[in-house]
Amino acid sequence: MKYLLMIYQNPVTWQATPETEKKAFMSEAGAIVDELMASGEWVGGEALGDPSTAASVRVRDGVPAVTDGPFAEAKEQVVGYCIVDCESRERAIEIATRWPDARRWGMEVRPILSPDGVEM
Amino acid sequence: MRTDAGVERLLRDLAPQALGAVVRRYGHFDAAEDAVQEALLAAATQWPVQGVPDHPKGWLITVASRRLTDLLRSDEARRRREAAAALAEPPGPAGPGAPAAATQDDERVSGQDDTLTLLFLCCHPELTPASQLALTLRAVGGLTTGEIARAFLVPEATMAQRISRAKQRIAATGARFTPPPAGEWAARLRVVLHVLYLMFNEGYAATSGGPTSRPELTAEAIRLTRGVHGLLPGDGEVSGLLALMLLTEARRPARCLPDGTLVPLAEQDRTHWDPAQIAEGLALVAGALTSAPLGPYQVQAAIAAVHAEAATAAATDWQQILALYNLLERISPSPVVTLNRAVAVAMVDGPRAALDLLAGLEADERMAGHHRLAAVRAHCLELAGDHAAAAAEYARAARTATSLPERRYLEARAAQLAAPASAPGAARGP
Repeated sequence: MKYLLMIYQNPVTWQATPETEKKAFMSEAGAIVDELMASGEWVGGEALGDPSTAASVRVRDGVPAVTDGPFAEAKEQVVGYCIVDCESRERAIEIATRWPDARRWGMEVRPILSPDGVEM
Repeated sequence: MRTDAGVERLLRDLAPQALGAVVRRYGHFDAAEDAVQEALLAAATQWPVQGVPDHPKGWLITVASRRLTDLLRSDEARRRREAAAALAEPPGPAGPGAPAAATQDDERVSGQDDTLTLLFLCCHPELTPASQLALTLRAVGGLTTGEIARAFLVPEATMAQRISRAKQRIAATGARFTPPPAGEWAARLRVVLHVLYLMFNEGYAATSGGPTSRPELTAEAIRLTRGVHGLLPGDGEVSGLLALMLLTEARRPARCLPDGTLVPLAEQDRTHWDPAQIAEGLALVAGALTSAPLGPYQVQAAIAAVHAEAATAAATDWQQILALYNLLERISPSPVVTLNRAVAVAMVDGPRAALDLLAGLEADERMAGHHRLAAVRAHCLELAGDHAAAAAEYARAARTATSLPERRYLEARAAQLAAPASAPGAARGP
């Protein structure tokens, strides 16, 4: 079963974080990625550009409205994601628990719906 | 002249036999598996152009053995270790000859038993189900890593890592290329059958959606199970599993609309069921039910057979199905069996009796909150005429569904009950 792990940060407090601490964060996350690659659970993932560079797009009555900034105004924003393919929801949560961002901000674990199904 | 598809089938049949021969002669399951995979790839490109060699299996064994020698030599330190180990190993039945000296006799005698030994190894109980599936498909099924990755919708690198880790795990357990000891044989065979069952289910679910270029795991599971049935024709559970697969696969043409919408069993156009697969499945069930003791696959196959024998949903012998579910629950109890039994109870004793049975499952943490429990409860409420409660339960099931086609089906069901006057098409979500 695949899960999307959304990494949340507060960009303001991240920028104020000392460089050494940032480096420690990155290498901690990198080590988890290496581990997930080795275990065959890693499907993919990337870091995202700053929320201020986001474009939110809505089309109403055929008219597109594009505004700068993320879709929802909030202190904490999605700054990256991972997709893992693992045995259980518990395992996905365990991975999220270890992510360094979970200690300061938060992680959101969402199941990815399978395109496959069985009739009832 | 053979077509590429013919070569592919031949290679998949020969893959475990060639691997078995190479492993038996040289050991090193991990490297031998890589070597055979390379030999298969070489054959897949050469044979369609140059023609199939006179002794295709001997060709694969020879090419794989040479490749294995190269692989083992590539690491100097390792090479020394391997050479010492190779000398210490007793020669195989063909003697310690050069790779090219593989005899037809050697291949014929060992090929079949090797396939079973390979299955035992790939379905080692120390591996996770995902690893067992991946390794079985590659080492026994002869599929490439890329094909397996496509079947499971993961990147090839992920699948390669899963396979390589599975092989390391097997090496770490110290497992050898021999059948399990007599005392463990039956339990190990159950694991093999479970892996084949999972492979089939994975493939069956996949035929409702996803990219159409995915390899057909149902066909692969049926082919491998048929192979095990050929080796163990007297084993009732192997026959039962093969019958269950065939009787389920027979429904495939009727289980989805062209747009991917799932069609429940009761609403399927049974004239679209595959009569050849049903006939073969029914014959296997008839034979399997005479062997004792009965196992869960035989009983599940018998249930599938009762459905297959009903010309219409209304003609289904629910008394018989309920009796079989009672039996299944006794020999192999699980909340999923209870859930399915509830559907039969609803048809025989009425939906209220079924709802009472489902209430007991709510307390089971393996089942509570599962979309299938809510879906069956919704179905029973619908049968009981309580459409408002049924719609709410279908909606609840849709929210907890883990599959997109299943969620769409459940949402459509909820919408139909909430607004019975609307056209069926209009009720379906996007």
